Amino acid sequence: MRDVSLDIQPGELVALLGPSGSGKTTLLRVIAGLNSPDRGRVLFDGENATNLPVQDRHVGMVFQNYALFKHMTVADNIVYGLRVRPRRTRPSRAAIKARVTELLQFVQLDGLGGRYPSQLSGGQRQRVALARALAIEPRVLLLDEPFGALDARVRKDLRRWLRDIHKQTGLTTVFVTHDQDEAMELADRVVVLNEGRIEQIGTPEELYDRPASPFVISFVGEAVALPVTIADGHVTFGGRELHIDTHGLRSGPARVFFRPADIAVTAEGSGDLEGRVESLRRTPAGVRATIAIDGYDQTLEIDSPLDRSASLGGRVPLSLAKARIFPADENGDYVDAGDGI
Amino acid sequence: MSEIAITSSGRDRGVKFRPVTHDSAFARYALIATAVLFLAIFLLAPLAIVFVEAFSKGIGPFLAAFDDPDARAAIRLTLLVAAIAVPANLVFGLAASWSIAKFSFPGKSVLITLIDLPFSVSPVVAGLVYVLVFGGQGLFGPWLAAHGVQIIFAVPGIVLATIFVTFPFVARELIPLMEEQGKIEEEAALTLGASGFKTFLTVTLPNIKWGLLYGVLLCNARAMGEFGAVSVVSGHIRGLTNTIPLQVEILYNEYNNVAAFALAVLLAGLALVTLGLKTFLEWRHADALSGRARRH
Repeated sequence: MRDVSLDIQPGELVALLGPSGSGKTTLLRVIAGLNSPDRGRVLFDGENATNLPVQDRHVGMVFQNYALFKHMTVADNIVYGLRVRPRRTRPSRAAIKARVTELLQFVQLDGLGGRYPSQLSGGQRQRVALARALAIEPRVLLLDEPFGALDARVRKDLRRWLRDIHKQTGLTTVFVTHDQDEAMELADRVVVLNEGRIEQIGTPEELYDRPASPFVISFVGEAVALPVTIADGHVTFGGRELHIDTHGLRSGPARVFFRPADIAVTAEGSGDLEGRVESLRRTPAGVRATIAIDGYDQTLEIDSPLDRSASLGGRVPLSLAKARIFPADENGDYVDAGDGI
Repeated sequence: MSEIAITSSGRDRGVKFRPVTHDSAFARYALIATAVLFLAIFLLAPLAIVFVEAFSKGIGPFLAAFDDPDARAAIRLTLLVAAIAVPANLVFGLAASWSIAKFSFPGKSVLITLIDLPFSVSPVVAGLVYVLVFGGQGLFGPWLAAHGVQIIFAVPGIVLATIFVTFPFVARELIPLMEEQGKIEEEAALTLGASGFKTFLTVTLPNIKWGLLYGVLLCNARAMGEFGAVSVVSGHIRGLTNTIPLQVEILYNEYNNVAAFALAVLLAGLALVTLGLKTFLEWRHADALSGRARRH
């Protein structure tokens, strides 16, 4: 991990989003105190926690495969964090018992306290893991791929449920995911990580509307990347000029990124790009056309209203409603964000 | 076992197909008979003879064998050696497998190889090594003698040799088991505020208890039965440095068959109890043992 700087506000729900190997789990483990950074600091409420042992950080961690204690019942799992406290700070037996009942109710597992983890479904185990983490009244809740091991339907339910839990407890929550839908749907702010670096930190709106790097725009939602050239303030792609503002951008090779939804069939003679219609399919609202753009090796699907008739194999002009341009730096990396159209 | 009969016209009616993995009945029975015969001659018969010889002159002489002070001393010594060697290897084995399974460090593969060393070295060589290191002419011998410490031809040497020979049993059982379990549950316990020692007691130990018991069982059987290494370092002093296996040999060489086999019955009984417990563990707690142990 390099140059990672992240400030999480109290009560915030933050997603660490990135492909596998991007360092998101490592970052979470550094926050928890399970991994120690070679350099840099971890602050909790402004106080340096870098050298604080994991036991003293009071983080509620939910592991990817839940890491429930197989040989303990659900109830014993949940109150483990209370029972292992030194005698001075340990709650009384009655208080522990009351806490189990309360937490089982909170995670909707009433009556299952006597079961063993092997007798529970994946979603139930996930909720036991969460109850166990909440039992110690943590300062921050950390979840590693909380829905990774569940099937699609359970995932959807649990997403909404986690959102509710966050609202009810008001706990500062950080979760790791590789699923951008999950991150965008749940989180107040999303931290996009790639190869150990933070690419962008922002609300879902900011990530969609103002992606800071080519990585973000292609990782968060679908994007088309066209290799273009900037010369004398004009952007050209395959000999055609694209109407993109290049104010303040250096000349040379660059890439234009746009979302499939931001391209549309336009009137003859006014298009930025031209493509050939590969196939046409009727949809309830109009037509979905698969179009091969000249000079681009993949096809795009474009929805257009019925009246814009296009014929199979015919050529259509296309216009870009919105695009972002990233000129190459001297190393050939596309880093600096341009404003686009 | 199933038969498929295809009925067709003419003489081919009722052709029977046999699954290719099934041998003929004759081959099957011949193989089973060979295996049973082999077991009977080489394993069961000797075991039976131990008991027959021990009781050949009746129960009186059998019991009298245990009245002999040298025999009692041998039993006491064997129990003492096992009582030291087994807990020592329990601790060493736990420490070794813990460090190997839960941490990565340079020289880890060397350590794994070293743990297997006692399995590949002849016990006699192991005993000789101790003689060379601690013996009167050995590396530390003169220094030890000057300080009045005797290791070789005394109980400490027997204990050391036994520890060496039985070292791998606990570690070999626990390493694959702990590697398979990983350290995720321990990490969970730590985040919940448990100290390292509490995590070991409440999470690690319950997860490995059956594997640990299995390893201890095998370790104990070998510690009590070890002959070669102990023989080299013991000096065969009657009543002082003879363990049960050594005492059995001495009695046998003196043509005192009943006494020799009476003591051998003790060892055979220990073996049977170990086998019984081992089978029970494999049957009842197979999922809590490592994959390697299940295949034993």
